[in-house]
Amino acid sequence: MSKMMATRDGYGKALLELGEKNEQVVVLDADLSKSTKTAEFGKTYPDRFFNVGIAEQNLMGLAAGLSTTGKIPFASTFAMFATGRAFEIIRNSIGYPNLNVKICATHAGITVGEDGASHQALEDIACMRVIPNMTVIVPSDGPEAIEAVKAAAEYYGPIYLRLGRSGVPTINDGPDYQFEIGKGVTLREGKDITIIATGIMVSEALIAAERLKEKGIEARVINIHTIKPLDDELIVKAAKETGAVITAEEHNIIGGLGSAVAEVLSEKAPVPMKRIGVKDTFGESGKPKELMEKYGLTGDEIFKASIEILAR
Amino acid sequence: MTESVLVGKAKTLRKDIIEMLYNAGSGHPGGSLSAVEIMTVLYFQEMQIDEKNPVWKERDRFVLSKGHAAPVLYGALAEKGFFPKEELANLRKIGHFLQGHPEMKNVPGVDMSTGSLGQGFSAAVGMALGLASESPESRVYTLLGDGELQEGIVWEAAMAANHYKLWNLTAFLDYNGLQIDGSNDEVMTVDPVTDKFRAFGWNVLSVDGHSFDELSEAILKAKAYKAGPTMIVAKTVKGKGVSFMEDEAGWHGKAPSKDERDQAIREIGGTTNE
Repeated sequence: MSKMMATRDGYGKALLELGEKNEQVVVLDADLSKSTKTAEFGKTYPDRFFNVGIAEQNLMGLAAGLSTTGKIPFASTFAMFATGRAFEIIRNSIGYPNLNVKICATHAGITVGEDGASHQALEDIACMRVIPNMTVIVPSDGPEAIEAVKAAAEYYGPIYLRLGRSGVPTINDGPDYQFEIGKGVTLREGKDITIIATGIMVSEALIAAERLKEKGIEARVINIHTIKPLDDELIVKAAKETGAVITAEEHNIIGGLGSAVAEVLSEKAPVPMKRIGVKDTFGESGKPKELMEKYGLTGDEIFKASIEILAR
Repeated sequence: MTESVLVGKAKTLRKDIIEMLYNAGSGHPGGSLSAVEIMTVLYFQEMQIDEKNPVWKERDRFVLSKGHAAPVLYGALAEKGFFPKEELANLRKIGHFLQGHPEMKNVPGVDMSTGSLGQGFSAAVGMALGLASESPESRVYTLLGDGELQEGIVWEAAMAANHYKLWNLTAFLDYNGLQIDGSNDEVMTVDPVTDKFRAFGWNVLSVDGHSFDELSEAILKAKAYKAGPTMIVAKTVKGKGVSFMEDEAGWHGKAPSKDERDQAIREIGGTTNE
């Protein structure tokens, strides 16, 4: 296995770099700075770090206000509280006026692990992608998180950046790696089926593709790090060329990547499709790996779904 | 500015509010009329703003946290020259830029989109926090309703404003005692409001919200106070200036009929736009 790094660690690292380069960057947190990895920024740039306490609604309201003065606020808390508790502030005070706020939420998905269902955001992508003006980014590994954070700072407008707690295998460390908001990345060419994955499921998709190859099936693997705006062109082309699509995400199968892809394909290139994700249920306490297995978020699930869909 | 000029501006604002709501056929007269003197003092005496350059960085900011009182803000902005007064007749109409609640992207002079209660106050705190380094001469003014204090985010923001010692932030409470479903006391007690804000670390001043002298003096005191934010609790009468709307919760969110419009304009002391 390659080296491991959590996307939240990439976030913390990128913030430090941004802090040095861009004085307009300010960071807000809601008493979770050690977990969200904003604490180092806070120590290094105390004048540009605001810990607003356990008050996620005000976290977003303050970020909105700060952005109107020319600051570039990065607001962090857990994905559950950012997109759940503060949803309407994000919708009305950030999305509607199209303000330049970066919502960088960590501990998304079931791999929060032991804290259990109350802390496992499985609906955050759905909540954020229905807000007009909002860009939704889900990095697949540490290096991609770093690049996504830098790109977010350069881009004007609201962004939801979804980050995880647990270490994920590094896959984007090649010399040619480039990150562009809204552009999917074809990690592996194939003609028989396309696996479209986001976040930590990208490395699982690669595992599945390896196993499919042993069966003589050439699977194309696409990393969709930007769920909105979706790279329609790349997805439609892949669907047309391979004739079958599997999506994989660490999110409810309702409302996330799978839904976004289905929306595009049903209108532009309908092909047999299957969504891998959490099947409209809450999670539970457990180790991240155990949970991924129990809730069907593995390369093995993707492999099985691929075989099944090709047999149709 | 002399008192008589302010009196004239307030009269114009009241008349414009009634005409706007009559034309729109819906909207919120009560809480717009109660805030007329506060808005008059801010826009025609106090705030450093430039109608020719609405996004001037060093300007003072205003956030209408009680966004449903949009007519009083639009009236002030139009009278100030941020956009043509004729636009007021198009309030709440499709294809026109004056939305039912303030919207910052298309309306010159609106510093924050508001309407969902409590959020404007939180954004105003964020603005004051940002301006402390971006434009230290700028002041942030915000106006809250008393029913609005029932929103939890108000207290999160109040706590933060004290924590960051935001001396550049002055909030007004339009303390008219009424909300949609009745009096604050019947619906959900907000009193004692002065004690609450004092307990949250604010400099609290109580004034007659229809007295230009008292409002002006309170603003001077707020500007002189450097230890943190100031809350000016302005005792007001909901629907002020129109006898049948005064102190009536029923006029929170209802437009006047033609007869009611005519009577209201007569009482305010003007002539209708027709």
